[in-house]
Amino acid sequence: MKFFGSTNSTAQDSAAAQGAKLTRRSSSLAQLINTLESEDSLCILDLGSTSPANIRYCTERGHKIYSDDLLISSTDPSLAIKDETGKPALDSKRFLDENLVYPGAQFDIVLCWNLADYLDESLVKPVIGRLWSLLKPGGMLLAFFHTQEAGPDAPCYRYHIVGGDVLEMQHIARGDGKKGGPAGKFRLQRVFNNRNIENLFRDFASIKFFLARDNVREVLVVR
Amino acid sequence: METPKTAEFAHIGKSVIIKGELSGSEDLYVDGQVEGSIELAGNRLIIGPHGQVRANVNAKGVIVQGKLDGNIRASERAELTKSAIAVGDITTQRVAIEEGAYFKGKVDIQKDMAKADGARTAAAASSSAAASASGGSTMAVKTNPSEGK
Repeated sequence: MKFFGSTNSTAQDSAAAQGAKLTRRSSSLAQLINTLESEDSLCILDLGSTSPANIRYCTERGHKIYSDDLLISSTDPSLAIKDETGKPALDSKRFLDENLVYPGAQFDIVLCWNLADYLDESLVKPVIGRLWSLLKPGGMLLAFFHTQEAGPDAPCYRYHIVGGDVLEMQHIARGDGKKGGPAGKFRLQRVFNNRNIENLFRDFASIKFFLARDNVREVLVVR
Repeated sequence: METPKTAEFAHIGKSVIIKGELSGSEDLYVDGQVEGSIELAGNRLIIGPHGQVRANVNAKGVIVQGKLDGNIRASERAELTKSAIAVGDITTQRVAIEEGAYFKGKVDIQKDMAKADGARTAAAASSSAAASASGGSTMAVKTNPSEGK
């Protein structure tokens, strides 16, 4: 797993001017959409920023959707602790006591988007572990991971389902969620290679990779 | 959805703080603080931009412009405007969430909600019929006796 240290901005920042929406095609979403279109009364957990489009898309098809912006929740300053080596970390136990508190095996689909890339290191594994327990057996989780080529200043997006295989992306920053916490942009915390991703989802039954053109690796995992 | 004109709404102003069960048979605009529950079956509730509500709310239509910490049950429609911060579950027939709203919770669309809530609305209406017949709609606050002691 590689960590970034640079703070140089790139041309991506200007391209991702806040509020501007970009579109991209997503093969993994297309696969997920088949399920959303063909099955009734699914229970979906969206871990991205509140997306009216996603709520509309899911509810119009008779599904229940839960919206839970974990990245914003992780910016709560009171979560800050020091680990056993004295390095700054976040209190993962408290974080999980206060977030993702749902009955086990409740969800058919979890939309994780690019959460793992921007979430603090100390929270990633505990969160994925909790998500495993929240998914029904056979349930699916969609996640995006940047490749090394994306660079450390790859902008953090919220994702809106347009339909078919099309996603709309909107740049987000800290403080957009109105829940307090420090303002500023979310930084890519690390790059997961294929092996890292496989390890992260080792408890899941299957994992499928889709390599996109925009330096993003899409992953669809099944519990 | 166009925000309804609030002139005919009962108002809870910015400086008002209510703790307890708030129920009524007229439309209500809350721009102050309410903690407890709000029951307006058959009527509309607007939580204004300064409103801070920690309560489960039940109404025909609910519009949140301020802060709500609690579940929404709206027999017709629930709307979160761009300034809304809502934490709780929404159960309604139709939902509208504006770009910029913060929402944490479940959205459950129930198409037959109006029918299911019809009986409850009728019961609420009949209980307030006497007051209406004497020239007005009703709004009641039932506070918890243990509060403030």
